[in-house]
Amino acid sequence: MIILRLAIRNLRGAGLRTWLNAIALSFAFVAIIFGQGMLRGMNKQAEDASTAFEYAGGQYWHEDYDPYDPLTLENAHAPVPPVLESLAAAGKAAPILVIPGSIYPQGRLKPVLLKGIDPAQKVVAIPTAALGDTTEDLPLLIGSRTATATGLAVGDQVTVQWRDADGAFDARDGRVVQIMETSVGTVDIGQVWLPLAQLQELAGMRGEATLVTVARGLGRTGHDRIVLNSDRVPNGAGWQFRDPEFLLSDLRQMVASKTIGQSIMFVVLFLLAMLAIFDTQLLSVFRRRREIGMLIALGMTRAQVIVLFTLEGALHSIFAAILGTLYAGPLFIYLNRNGFTIPGMDSFGFALGDRLYPAFTAGLIFGTTVLVFVVTAFVAWLPARRIAKLKPTDALAGRGT
Amino acid sequence: MENGVVISTDKLVRKFKVGRTELVALKEVSLEFRRGEFAGLVGPSGSGKTTLLNIIGTLDAPSSGTAVVLGERVESLSPVRAASLRSRHIGFIFQTFNLLPVYTAYENVEFPLLLLGMSQSERRKKVTDALEWVGLADRANSRPTQLSGGESQRVAIARAVVKRPELVLADEPTANLDAENSHKILQTMVSLNHDLGTTFLFSTHDEKVIRYLRRKISLIDGRVANDEVRSPNSD
Repeated sequence: MIILRLAIRNLRGAGLRTWLNAIALSFAFVAIIFGQGMLRGMNKQAEDASTAFEYAGGQYWHEDYDPYDPLTLENAHAPVPPVLESLAAAGKAAPILVIPGSIYPQGRLKPVLLKGIDPAQKVVAIPTAALGDTTEDLPLLIGSRTATATGLAVGDQVTVQWRDADGAFDARDGRVVQIMETSVGTVDIGQVWLPLAQLQELAGMRGEATLVTVARGLGRTGHDRIVLNSDRVPNGAGWQFRDPEFLLSDLRQMVASKTIGQSIMFVVLFLLAMLAIFDTQLLSVFRRRREIGMLIALGMTRAQVIVLFTLEGALHSIFAAILGTLYAGPLFIYLNRNGFTIPGMDSFGFALGDRLYPAFTAGLIFGTTVLVFVVTAFVAWLPARRIAKLKPTDALAGRGT
Repeated sequence: MENGVVISTDKLVRKFKVGRTELVALKEVSLEFRRGEFAGLVGPSGSGKTTLLNIIGTLDAPSSGTAVVLGERVESLSPVRAASLRSRHIGFIFQTFNLLPVYTAYENVEFPLLLLGMSQSERRKKVTDALEWVGLADRANSRPTQLSGGESQRVAIARAVVKRPELVLADEPTANLDAENSHKILQTMVSLNHDLGTTFLFSTHDEKVIRYLRRKISLIDGRVANDEVRSPNSD
C-alpha cells in the first residue's frame, strides 16, 4: 500500500511528463476499445440481421443442398417430412423451395434464385405477408438491391422463367408486389420470393422444399431436438439440421478477416504507446539513480524499489483509462445509442444496415483495461529490473545502471 | 551490544576491482564506537572514509573482516534484514542532500516514517518536531527546489533523525554549504546528539566539521593512522 501511495505521489510530482504519457496511452486505449467495439457491433448486428431474416433457429437442409453450388439445386428438393410439416402448420417452421430461374426485366435476362415461402410464415422477418395480401396471379417479392440492379419497382410486371421437375422450361408473368428493405444480402441479391404453394405447383414439386427454417428457440433446445430426432426426421432421412452456429460460421469468418487488418493497426498504435512508457521508464531509472540509492538507504529493498518503479509505469495505464473515459466515454455512450454511418457499408459483404451500432460492453472495457495494465506493467518492469543490479553505493553517487 | 558499543569493526578489508587492477580501499580497519559518540572519519579523498561509512550503514559489505552494527554482522545480513536495520535504526545524511525532488520538505521528512508503517497522527507529530529541531517548521510545504542549500541539508538532517535512530551517518554533510550554514547545521547536530543521545559518525575533510568532533579518526590509504578523543573546538 505504501508503495502504491509513493508511486501515485511520484507520478503526480512528475507532472506534465506523466500526463503526456497517459494521454498517448489513452489514445491507444480508446482506439482499441473503439475498434473492438465496432467489430463486435458489426458482428452482432450482422448476426442479428442474418438470424432474423434468414437462419432463425436453424435450418433443415435437403441432403443435396449446397448454397455455394447452384448445380445442386436441381436435385435438392424433397417432400417436407411430416414432423416438419406439422411444425410449419403450427407456425414454428417455414419450408422454402429454391429453384434456379431467370427474370427478364426490360427484356434483359437476369439469372435469379426463385424462392417459394409460405406468405403466412412468421419464422423469418421477410415481409412475406405481401405475397398473400394480393389478387395478383403471380405476386413477387424482391429486395431493394435486386430492385436497383434490375430497375424493377412495385407494380412492375416481369417474366419469370424456370425449369420444372421434369427439366422442361416454363415461364409466366409475375408482378412485383413489394420491395423489401433488408441488410441481409443473401435473401436479397439475385433472389425473387413468391408463394410456396405456387412455386411448388409451377415447378411440379408439390409438397416439396429445399430447406426448412425453424423458429428461434426450436432446434436449439434439447427437448425440441429430441422430439425431432424421435420422428427420425434429421440425419438419415435425407434432411440435415444445420444449427445457427454452423450457419453463422461463414459470417463470423468474414468479420474475423476484417478484424485482422484492424488489429494490426491497434498493435502498432499500442506499441508506440508502450515505447513511450518504456522510454520514460528507462530515462527515469537513469535520472533517478541517486533517488534509488536514497530509497534503499532509507530502508527500502531493491525489490521494493523495482515494484515502485514498475507500479509507476503501470499506473500510467490507469491514468490513461481515466483520461480516456473522460474524453471518449460520452462519445462511446452516444455511439452505442445512436450508431453512425460508414460510407459504403453495403460493400462490407455482410448484413450491417444503414447504421453501425458499436458494442462497447463492460467486458470489452474491463478486458482491455486489464490487458493494457498488464502489458504496461511488463513494459515498465523491463527497465526497472536494472535496479536489481544497481549497487546502492553507486546509485547514491549517481553511477551505475 | 556490549558496554554500549554500537559499532565495532575487526580487521575490516574492502577491495574493489578497477579494470584489471584491484584497489584496496580499507586495510584491516578495527574500530569501536559507543552510544552517543560524536565522531568523525577524517582524511583526504580516497582514504576510505566513505567506504567505511557505507559498510557501517549496511549499504556495502566487507571483502573480509567483520563489522558489527547495532548487534548485527554486516557481512552476513540478508538484503531484507539490512533494509530493516536501516529503516529502523540508521539515519543517513549525504553531501548532496538527496532529497526526493517531488516531495515537499514535510513529505521528505515523513518518508522514513511511512516505511515504518506509522499512523498518520504519530507521523504528523514526529515530522513537526523534527522540522522544529532544525528550525524549518515554516518551510514544511516547500519543495527542494524552493529551498537553499542550507535549508535542504537541514531537511535531510530532520529526515535522518525523525525516526529517532540510534545511529546517524553523515557523509561530507557540509561540503556543499557555506561557513555560516555549516555552523548552523553542526550546532543542530550537536544539540540532537545531546538531546536524543543519538550516535553521530561523520566522514569529512572539512575543518569546520572537525572542530565539532569529540573523537577524530584519521584514515590514510585505508588504514587508521590516528584515533584521538578530544574536546570540541580543540584545534
